[in-house]
Amino acid sequence: MAGTGKAHLRNTDDVLLRVEDLVVEFPIGRTGLKVNAVSGISFDVLKGETLGIVGESGCGKSTTGRAIMQLPSPTSGSIVFNGTDLTTLSGEAMREARTKIQMIFQDPISSLNPRRNVRDIVLEPLSIWNRGTKAEQLATVDKILEHVGIDPERAAESKPHQFSGGQCQRISIARSLVLNPQMIICDEPVSALDVSVQAQVVNLLEDLKKEFGLTLVFIAHDLAVVKNISDRIAVMYLGKICEVSGSEDLYRNPAHPYTDVLLSAIPVPDPTVAVKKISVEGEPPSPVSPPAGCRFNTRCPNASDRCRSEEPTLREIEPSHFVACHHPLFGGDAPVTVRSN
Amino acid sequence: MSTNPNPATPTNSDETIVKKKLGVGFWLCVAWLGLMAFIALFTPLLPLKSPTQNFLDTTNGRPPYSPSWKHWFGTDKDARDVFARTLHGARISLAVGFAAISAGFLVGGTVGLISGYFKGWIDRVSSFVFIVLLSFPSLVLAILLTSLIERSLLTISLVLGLLSIAPVGRLARAATLQFADREFVLAARQIGATNRRIIIKEILPNVAIPMSSLALLGMAVAVVAEGGLSFLGLSVEKGITWGGLIQLGSESSKTLEEAPWIAFFPILMLFLTVLSLNFAGDRVRNYFDVKETTL
Amino acid sequence: MNPLDIVRSEAEPLVETVEIKTHFKTPRGIARAVDGVSIQIRRGQSLGVVGESGSGKTVLSRSIMGLLPRNGVIREGSVRYQGQEIGNRTPKEMRSVWGREMAMIFQDPMTSLNPVMKVGKQITESLRLHLGMSASEAMTIAEKLFRDVRIPEPTRRLNQYPHELSGGMRQRVMIAIAMACGPNMLFADEPTTALDVTVQAQILELISEQKRDRNMSLLLVTHNLGVVAGYTDEIAVMYGGKVVEKAPTKTLFADTKMPYTEALLRSIPRLDQPSHSRLATIPGRPPDIVHPPKGCRFAPRCAYVRDLCLNEEPELQQASTPDHTFRCFYPVGSPEYLERKVELTRKGELVSTGDLS
Repeated sequence: MAGTGKAHLRNTDDVLLRVEDLVVEFPIGRTGLKVNAVSGISFDVLKGETLGIVGESGCGKSTTGRAIMQLPSPTSGSIVFNGTDLTTLSGEAMREARTKIQMIFQDPISSLNPRRNVRDIVLEPLSIWNRGTKAEQLATVDKILEHVGIDPERAAESKPHQFSGGQCQRISIARSLVLNPQMIICDEPVSALDVSVQAQVVNLLEDLKKEFGLTLVFIAHDLAVVKNISDRIAVMYLGKICEVSGSEDLYRNPAHPYTDVLLSAIPVPDPTVAVKKISVEGEPPSPVSPPAGCRFNTRCPNASDRCRSEEPTLREIEPSHFVACHHPLFGGDAPVTVRSN
Repeated sequence: MSTNPNPATPTNSDETIVKKKLGVGFWLCVAWLGLMAFIALFTPLLPLKSPTQNFLDTTNGRPPYSPSWKHWFGTDKDARDVFARTLHGARISLAVGFAAISAGFLVGGTVGLISGYFKGWIDRVSSFVFIVLLSFPSLVLAILLTSLIERSLLTISLVLGLLSIAPVGRLARAATLQFADREFVLAARQIGATNRRIIIKEILPNVAIPMSSLALLGMAVAVVAEGGLSFLGLSVEKGITWGGLIQLGSESSKTLEEAPWIAFFPILMLFLTVLSLNFAGDRVRNYFDVKETTL
Repeated sequence: MNPLDIVRSEAEPLVETVEIKTHFKTPRGIARAVDGVSIQIRRGQSLGVVGESGSGKTVLSRSIMGLLPRNGVIREGSVRYQGQEIGNRTPKEMRSVWGREMAMIFQDPMTSLNPVMKVGKQITESLRLHLGMSASEAMTIAEKLFRDVRIPEPTRRLNQYPHELSGGMRQRVMIAIAMACGPNMLFADEPTTALDVTVQAQILELISEQKRDRNMSLLLVTHNLGVVAGYTDEIAVMYGGKVVEKAPTKTLFADTKMPYTEALLRSIPRLDQPSHSRLATIPGRPPDIVHPPKGCRFAPRCAYVRDLCLNEEPELQQASTPDHTFRCFYPVGSPEYLERKVELTRKGELVSTGDLS
């Protein structure tokens, strides 16, 4: 499948983030080879929406999240946030733009400086940008800490390792809220947490989203969690987008064979539901030398010759539901493209 | 599986983890070092006998005089008080050790930190320079340099400092690399911190731990190096140093046989000081290592 | 073998623990990681041990395997394998059992495999040690095992080092090593947690297949309730070092008795739930196993807690069938439970967010 298709991009006024033709490649040492982490994807996020990006390891979802923040800068493509293309900004302007987009990471403890007090960590953004007097800053920090469920007094005298994983994640969330951002990118924020703690953090994110009017990009490999928190989901595979749709539609009517595989692979906590035999073999190919044509063709049960030579583009098969596949699970085969030589 | 033998124990809880103690040994070393530092700083003010005066005592026969109430460490062949001389020796030996390691840390540490953080060409150039510096046999280089220059406290310190730049720099770089890719650094960048701020506020506090351990160990090396140089007569000109005292006290096997105390006490002081530095450095590293794995 | 003996041995548990306790000496005091656990696993049966961090599930499996550190460990109770006591054996004595009778696979295959030894050698080593095979015999078997675990290009892979293989493949190698000597019992400690979901499904299928083909018993330790639902016959739920509910898999899900199990099940996001469904959470944090709370260990976090729970520890009791046991004074469905449930629902508190801890 290919993400080179923009049929799914929306043109309304409330598009907060619009990413087009994003390519991120990492050279490997001096071998001349490169890792094609993200190979030309486009997507958008409306204000107040939660976009979930889901996929397995190596699909490029984390890289996408970081590329939005220009950490590091993408190889090519445009990232338009609130009307400004972030890729065109210089160092200082980019630094400032970053205050509107914040990020939380997967490993709760390693995303906090082990040598600093938690309260100082949360204060740091305000300190960098000189927002208000010291007293005002501290008041804001304490308020936000309470909001996420951390005792401010304890935060003032404790270091991250004295808190649990779930609490550390809340601290990270607090840090990201302190500058009043418009958007928060969550990069696998709950994968390292226990099940019951995951639920706490997911609920917290939903609450904060409502209260602070946030827009979220939620990146994870657990489709169940992603579906719970997202309005819209983009499924990625080996650097490309396979399918974009509303959460419910994706679950009820998956169009892409890979999405179907993902859904059937998720173990259901219900013994009366029979375990589905996994229909895909082996593992994803290396992003250093991705397959030609549709990248999923090497493992797809429905692959045809066309899949091996021609890259599919995203097209709409039902309202707001887009898939990049020549032979999707419903909606009919992709029309043959006329090649002009 | 982590080094925590009990994967089920939550390694954090409301009550603070009992701090792993640095140990009695550590504090003894600190006490000794503190004493040495005090001596180094205040020797001229202390009510000691003069280190250069000849305390000839005809009633006692010919010097060297063995240790007695008048001369705690005895005297040397010229009837100079060994105790006073040993304490004075501490001044130069420790001063050089401290200054050398400070210079090394300042330059090496900074270069290492910057190369580890920015990587790229800065890293390649500095690594190359480090390798070149490390390829010279240090004692030979020290001897060479000191025999060419005017030998003052400053110059000797600078020479030893120069030699410590590479090892310190490499460690600083390794420690920085370890932290520069951690998520909290990325987090700092995405909240808008400048590189300078990240290096100072995020990386330095973390790197400071292995570095402080290295500082203590490095100072031990510097003190020994100075001892070696002064034994060869290549340290500070006309200064009283432990190495020099040891050299005088072991000039001939006759001296060692008949008046072992002349060499013994400076050796003892040197040994205890270096031992304290090494032990303390090791304890510091252990103490902070534990916290790292708990993280 | 006498047919009666066969029947008897089939009925006897293959592995059994009787009130096993594993305590660790820590600077803060004695950590009661496993505090009185009794389980039985029959031949060919699979038991899932489910719990969160700090529940003691990993320590339990290590205790049975005999893989605990020597220092600072206090052990009580007994561990029996085929009727014989193995709880007090030294590692030397256990070596004849490991590999041959009991095999294990762990969460991170990277650290469980020797990074400087080719993977083929790691299998043949086991075969030569336990079954006395020659090098060429062992290599043939190793290749067959690689094929069994569906590693593509087995001959080539045998000569590779662990770092040249992907996570999923390494786990397959681990399984191959585990299966090499045809063990009776497999301990799988979070075998798929570090893997992608499609690879996880493949590996679980593989383990299932091997278990069926070899009539092996399986102890599957995991925090993932979806995994145990599909791959176990019986489940033991652990909390704070104790088993708080044990039942055949279908029963556990259909007739949950212990409020912790219920809370756990409700906190998992499910695909068939609509988006933005509020997830039920369990407020607070796992108990301190050095100073566990008086009374029921789950009481401080339980929505249905009453005075008795805070003062007395509930004993294991039977539910409607003898193979379903649980530890709770006011289990799901009891009058007190229902009463509280009505209260909480009315207050709208039944589904709560995290709280100040």
